[in-house]
Amino acid sequence: MNGSTAVADNYLSHGRGFRSWFFTLDHKRIGVMYLASIFFFLILGGFFAMLIRTELLTPGRTIMDADTYNQVFTLHGAVMIFLFIIPGIPAAFGNFVLPVMLGAKDVAFPRLNLLSYHLYVVGAIFSVVSILLGAVDTGWTFYTPYSTTTHTSVVSMTLGAFILGFSSIFTGINFIVTIHRMRPPGMSWNRLPLFLWALYSTAIIQVLATPVLGITLLLLIVERLLGIGIFDPALGGDPVLYQHFFWFYSHPAVYIMILPAMGVMSELISVFSRKHIFGYKAIAYSSVAIAVLSFLVWGHHMFTSGQSDLGNMIFSALTFSVAIPSAIKVFNWLATMYKGSIRLDTPMLYALSFLLLFGIGGLTGLFLGALATDVHLHDTYFVVAHFHYTMMGGVLIAFLGAMHYWWPKMFGRMYSEKAGRLAAFLVFVGFNLTFFSQFVMGSQGMPRRYYNYLDRFQPYHVLSTIGAYVLAVAFVVLAGNLIHSLFRGRKAPANPWGSATLEWMCASPPPHDNFAEPPEAGDPYDLEHLVYDESIGGYVPRTAREGA
Amino acid sequence: MSEIRSEREHESREAESLGHIVPLRVLLAVWFALVLLSLATVGAVRVELGSLNLWIALGIAFVKATLVGLYFMHLRYDQPFHAIALVGSLLFVVLFVGLALLDTAHYQHELIPGYAPAVRP
Amino acid sequence: MRRSEQSAAREIPHHFATPRQAYESGKLGMWIFLATEVLLFGGLFAAYAVYRGNHPEVFVYAHRFLDARLGALNTLILITSSLTMAWAVRSAQLGNRRLLTLLLALTLLGGGAFLGVKIVEYEHKWKHGLLWGEQYRPHHPETAQEHSSAPEIPRETPPGDRTNIPPAAIGPPGLASSTDEERAAHASAKEPRNVHLFFGVYFAMTGLHGLHVIAGLLVIGWVFVRARGGAYGPSNFEPVDRAGLYWHLVDLIWIFLFPLLYLIH
Repeated sequence: MNGSTAVADNYLSHGRGFRSWFFTLDHKRIGVMYLASIFFFLILGGFFAMLIRTELLTPGRTIMDADTYNQVFTLHGAVMIFLFIIPGIPAAFGNFVLPVMLGAKDVAFPRLNLLSYHLYVVGAIFSVVSILLGAVDTGWTFYTPYSTTTHTSVVSMTLGAFILGFSSIFTGINFIVTIHRMRPPGMSWNRLPLFLWALYSTAIIQVLATPVLGITLLLLIVERLLGIGIFDPALGGDPVLYQHFFWFYSHPAVYIMILPAMGVMSELISVFSRKHIFGYKAIAYSSVAIAVLSFLVWGHHMFTSGQSDLGNMIFSALTFSVAIPSAIKVFNWLATMYKGSIRLDTPMLYALSFLLLFGIGGLTGLFLGALATDVHLHDTYFVVAHFHYTMMGGVLIAFLGAMHYWWPKMFGRMYSEKAGRLAAFLVFVGFNLTFFSQFVMGSQGMPRRYYNYLDRFQPYHVLSTIGAYVLAVAFVVLAGNLIHSLFRGRKAPANPWGSATLEWMCASPPPHDNFAEPPEAGDPYDLEHLVYDESIGGYVPRTAREGA
Repeated sequence: MSEIRSEREHESREAESLGHIVPLRVLLAVWFALVLLSLATVGAVRVELGSLNLWIALGIAFVKATLVGLYFMHLRYDQPFHAIALVGSLLFVVLFVGLALLDTAHYQHELIPGYAPAVRP
Repeated sequence: MRRSEQSAAREIPHHFATPRQAYESGKLGMWIFLATEVLLFGGLFAAYAVYRGNHPEVFVYAHRFLDARLGALNTLILITSSLTMAWAVRSAQLGNRRLLTLLLALTLLGGGAFLGVKIVEYEHKWKHGLLWGEQYRPHHPETAQEHSSAPEIPRETPPGDRTNIPPAAIGPPGLASSTDEERAAHASAKEPRNVHLFFGVYFAMTGLHGLHVIAGLLVIGWVFVRARGGAYGPSNFEPVDRAGLYWHLVDLIWIFLFPLLYLIH
């Protein structure tokens, strides 16, 4: 069945040429375009990271001057956050997988989906142009009053972010409506795959938080261009208010990043332990709980900003609450693995890395959420290490896991497991080398965003930079493996990993319309009914196997 | 008038139409109420009630908003999720405003007295 | 009427199974979009609340420069245009093309009138120098006072720079709150400091709202053109409905803006 689909029409061969892609309404093509763009910006952001780490090999000037350094870390942050990690998993994989996982033909609003992608491209162009016009040096947080007075292209960058915000909002609207209205017969809310629960919760945050970023950036632009004075202390304005505005979005934003990653985790852990997910309802409701609680804690970014003591205490107390649903998920994943039949394929290696690295990242967040310790740790490398462990050790690792998991489905090719595992190992080693030492130097007082530093911190910085170069090598291996598979990889069966979610019930790659008829939806984690078929190198339903 | 004919055809149209059709008298009644409430808002300013004035004005605005939402925007006849979306978004606005107000109202000018004198006394 | 009905039957996009699914999806999508608009304006309401809460004297003093009658007029205009819009949706559902087109035209007229009043108000502010930030240079007839310069700012750098951050030793202590001294000053009707903050908030809120009115008029204008061509009927009235929802939201926001900006006591 699957070997002969080589010549069959699939979404990749359905229509050729630039226009068939640029004006496509097919969510799968939009997902692929997003994946390519997002991966490109991951590499671009990574390039800036390599510049940062190389500069920090020595105190004082290594390869660039201080002003340029400010621009480089601003760009690293802005590109990684707005162009890679926030669209990240929802745009690249959600777009592709969500309708197929629902047995549907497309998302609710395909044209809006295309508009989302085009807005992403426009926003990206604005951001890149800002680099050329006089790269921003405010840090990705654009704090006032510096951002309203610095002579760099803040307006261009924030306009780019504003446009990207709309891309995010429209994706969120699309996902919410699709999940509400386009589930197949038999898929009640309690039968929804956990990846979709995650995307749904993410979409709630996208829809509620991003508009506040929108108004923040608008006010910043207006302040710069017209001098409206809302955030300018010299005009009676309040710069701490800017931070309230900014973090009301940007804290929920980090949950926009991690929730889809956690959704991927639920899929990977279950499939590669050959076991039904443990605590389905707990994980599903935790996703929604995280989405809601994420809005209550933004002030923990502002403990040392001049926020009132009362505000500080309230936000610190609330911050502890948001750790609870995340912990619930981790325990459920561990329970899923217990007595499972674990296969250490590439996606699973990433999932296991996530467990450790996100665990560390999350736990170190507690030090930062506690007022007494945060006063010493704020704006040090401890914070930098914390968010890299969660965002990179968590979200990026899950992104790579998702990429290796859904790659056969998206492109109909299997990659080399050996190379995949090697890359995963190098990522793990390189990552820890880069960032673990940063916890130590941060707690000893090394400030973040600093160009120059005391000599005693140099060993940590050197270790960190070596780790960064290992990471670069890892990415070369990873990308090389995947690209090579596009040309030389073994043809993928419909269900190489043995998952019970619906996207594995159609061919790899899927046909243009996904399914002729919506398939009957069962329990998405009932893996018992799938058996491995040697002849095709993939899984088939038990009855089909016995029939053959 | 065409309006009377439409009322009679209302029943058969309802079956065809996917959405509920709001009766004209309801629309006009709501409009009238909105006008009255607007005039009441303006009138209420003349009565000096101190800080209560703000809450009365907001209260009347809230009633007006509810009328517009329920009848002009069909929330009364729609599935509940639409109302949940609207009310939910308002709750988050209240959260943001509330915490920002709380914080700014409790700013401390001088954490250490005399250490950093105010720019303008 | 029957002919336009038949031509108005719409094909549903192929990814939807039934017309009902298409209809309900579209409506839900529009409602979530409205929720995002509420959050967008919510930020501005937060700025308003913070500044009014901490500097009530500024708001009490400055709102006198807004004409409450024009504000009330605009409220009535917008409410009426909401009526005509809701009525237009009803007409589309009933297949009454003539009434639909008329009501849409009236809605457009209402929106245009709103913008007209806004222009009158803005012009008044411009002429009297009642603008934001450093542009606040009032020369209004009520007090016959000429303010010739922007608020006092300690300058250590050339006047070309708009702002100056005081050196660390003086350090900004945070936002000043109302003290008893300031209240006494207000009682004697002296102009409080930082009155321009009010106008910053005023122009930001009414400006963004005005932009949404313009956007709404563009959408309704497009619906109007299509309605004249007989595109809408009982089986195809969704675009009218969606445009209506957006317009009602614009009205909702003004319902709150009006008392908060114009009717401060």
